[in-house]
Amino acid sequence: MDRRKFFKAAAAGGAALATGATCSPAQARGNKTLPPDAVGLLFDSTLCVGCKACVAACKQANDMPMEFSTEDQLWDTPLDISGKTLNVIKVYKNGKLEAKDREVDGWAFSKKSCLHCVDPSCVSACPVKAMKKDEKTGVVSYDKNACIGCRYCVAACPFGVPRFTYDSPTPQISKCQLCQHRWPEGKYAACAEVCPTGATLFGKVADLKQEITRRKSLKPGTQTLYPRGKLGGPDQSYPGVVAKYIDHVYGEKEIGGTQMLMLSGVSFEKLGYPKLPEVSYASQSETLQHTLYGGLILPLVFLGGLTWVAKRNVKDDEHKEEGKNG
Amino acid sequence: MASHDAHAPAPLGGSLLTPVTFVLGLLAAIAGVILVYRFIYGLGAVTNINDGFPWGIWIAYDVVVGSAFACGGYALALLAYIFNKGEYHPLVRPALLASLFGYTLAAVSVIFDLGRWWNFWHIFWPGYAQVNSVMFEVAVCISAYVLVMWIEFSPAFLDRLGMGELKKKLSKVLFFFIALGVLLPSMHQSSLGSLLVVFGNQVHPLWQSGWLLPLIYLMTAIMLGFAVVIFEATLSSVGFKRQMETPVLAQLCKIMYGLLIAYLVVRVGDLAVRGAIGSAFSASGEALMFWLEMLCFIVPVIILGSQAARNSAAKLFVGAVLLMLGGMLLRINGFLVGYETGEGWHYFPSFPELMVTVGLIAFEILAYIIIVRKFPVLPATQPATR
Repeated sequence: MDRRKFFKAAAAGGAALATGATCSPAQARGNKTLPPDAVGLLFDSTLCVGCKACVAACKQANDMPMEFSTEDQLWDTPLDISGKTLNVIKVYKNGKLEAKDREVDGWAFSKKSCLHCVDPSCVSACPVKAMKKDEKTGVVSYDKNACIGCRYCVAACPFGVPRFTYDSPTPQISKCQLCQHRWPEGKYAACAEVCPTGATLFGKVADLKQEITRRKSLKPGTQTLYPRGKLGGPDQSYPGVVAKYIDHVYGEKEIGGTQMLMLSGVSFEKLGYPKLPEVSYASQSETLQHTLYGGLILPLVFLGGLTWVAKRNVKDDEHKEEGKNG
Repeated sequence: MASHDAHAPAPLGGSLLTPVTFVLGLLAAIAGVILVYRFIYGLGAVTNINDGFPWGIWIAYDVVVGSAFACGGYALALLAYIFNKGEYHPLVRPALLASLFGYTLAAVSVIFDLGRWWNFWHIFWPGYAQVNSVMFEVAVCISAYVLVMWIEFSPAFLDRLGMGELKKKLSKVLFFFIALGVLLPSMHQSSLGSLLVVFGNQVHPLWQSGWLLPLIYLMTAIMLGFAVVIFEATLSSVGFKRQMETPVLAQLCKIMYGLLIAYLVVRVGDLAVRGAIGSAFSASGEALMFWLEMLCFIVPVIILGSQAARNSAAKLFVGAVLLMLGGMLLRINGFLVGYETGEGWHYFPSFPELMVTVGLIAFEILAYIIIVRKFPVLPATQPATR
C-alpha cells in the first residue's frame, strides 16, 4: 500500500468515527425523570439546631458502629460521612458568630447524606447493578452481594456520598438508603423521625415541593406551623418563626434534580454543596456510550471492515511467501 | 532485500539466571508478599486510597497507563495487517508478546484492587452486567482482548506443545482474530478516557474533555504503542546485544510523528474551544503538571522533526521515552492530579502500594526475558558486531 492509500484509509476511518460522534441526537438520552411516587427528604437549614439526634438515630437504625475523633473517645463523634456513618450535621461558621443563618459573622447547619439523585452517577457508573434506583420510590440502594468493590460509584458521585470500608478484607459501600428496610414496619427515615424541629422532613417529593413553595411564600419574621416527622403522617406540627431564605432550592435542578431538597439562609456553597449543571453527568456518559456502542452497530461495521482488510492482507503475505519459497 | 528466512523468529537461548533476572524476581516476590497482606487485611492496610481518592495508582497506573503501554501489539497489527505495511512484520511478534504480558497483568492486577474481588465474575454475568457503565465496556473488552492476544500469539508455542495440527487450522482463521485484535483495543482504550466523563466537574478542566476524551485516549494509546515498540526494540538490541533495528524504527517514527501532530491539534484545539486553556496559566499544581505533560509531547515534535534525526537511534529512543511519559502523565493527571471530589482529600501512594506496581513491572520484564530466550519471538539476526 502506498502512502496515498494509507492516508485515504486513515481518513476513511476518521470519517467513520466522526459520523459516529455526530449522529448523537438520535441516541441522546437526556436526564431521567422523577418517578411520580418518589419519596425523599426536605432539609431546612434554618430550622436545624445542630442537636445531631438524627446522627445518633441513623446509627441505631442502620446498625452502624461508633466513630471517634476526640482523644478521650467519650462520644461518637464522626467528622464526616464514612464507612461507619451515613449522616452527619456540619456547621458553617464565620467571624463573630453573632446570628444563625447569616453568612457574615454568623453560622448555619448543613446535613450531609445521600441526596438520592433523580439521575444518579453512581447507578450509571456501577458495572454490576449493585447500585440501583427504585423505579417507584426513587430510592438509590446498594446491594453488597452484587458489588465487586471497584469504587467507581465513590469516584463518580459529585457529592462524595458513597463511602467504602477500606480497612476490611470484606469491604462494602455504605450510603443512606432512606431506611427503606424500616418501611415494612410502618417506620420511615430515622433522621426525620427523631428531628425535634422538623428540619429534616420525610415525605413524597411532590408534597415536599409544595411545602417548599409554601415556606418561600411566607413573610420572614411571621409565625407559621412547621410539620415534623413525615408529611402526610400524624400531625406533629408546632408554631415557629419564618426565616429569610435565599432564592435557591438545592436539589431542584442540580444534575437533573435530587430527592433530598434543601432550604437555607446562607448560600449552599458555604454549606459545602457544589455548584453543578442541570444536565446529569450520567446522561452525558450514557449518551456517549450509546452513540458509540448502541446496538453494537458501529463496532460490528468496524469489525466487518477490519476482517475484510485483514483477510486480504494476510493472503497477500502468504502469496508472497509462497512465491519466495517456490 | 533480506531474505525472509533471516527474519524468521527464533529463540535467543542463553542463561535465565543473571543478576538482572534475579533482581526482577526479587522485586516480583516482594510485591507478592505485600499482596498476600492486602488480601488478609484489606486495601486500607497497604494503600493510601481513601474516599476522596478511591482510585490510586493500582488503577491509574497499573490498569490505565499499563494497558496503554501494552498497545505496541495493537499499533503494529494496525499498521502491518490493516494498512498492509509488510516491512513491520518482524516487529509484530515481539510487540505482541510485550502487549500480551502488559495486558494480562493489567487485567489480573484489577483483582488486587477490587474490594469484593470474589464477585468479579458478576461483570460478565447477564443478570448482573450493567451495560450502560463505561467500566463494563472496559472490563469486557480488555478481557476479550487478552484472550484474542493469546490466540494470536499461540503459533509461537503451539509447535513446541506438539499441536501443529491446531496451528494449521488456526492459521486459516487468524485474520479474524487479527481484526478482533484491532477492534477491541480501539474500543477499550478510548473507553478508558470515557471513564472520566461521568466524573463531571470533579475532573479539572485541563483534563475534562467530555466527548473528546475517547478520541484523545485512543490517539495517545496508538502513539504510545509505536513509542513502546521503539523503546522495547532499542532496549532489547542493547540488552541482548543484537543489531539495532534503527531503519525500520525510523520509518515507524515518521508515522508516530504524524499522529503526534494530529493529537496536539485535537488536544490544544479542545482546550481552546472549551476555554480551559486559561487555567494552564494559573499558579497551581495542576498547571505545572499540565505543562510537564505538554512538554513531553512538544519536545519530541522538535527533536524528531527531520529524517536525519529519526535515523539517530539515540534521538529515537529519547523521543519515544518522552512520548511514553507524556501519555502516562495525561492519564495520571486525568485520574489523580486533576481529580478532586471536595476539599481536604489528599493522596500519594504508600511505599507498599508503590512496591506492588514496581513488582508488577518487574514481573512483566522478567517474563518477557524468559519467553524470548525460550520461544521463537525475536527475529533471528547476527549479534551486533563491535
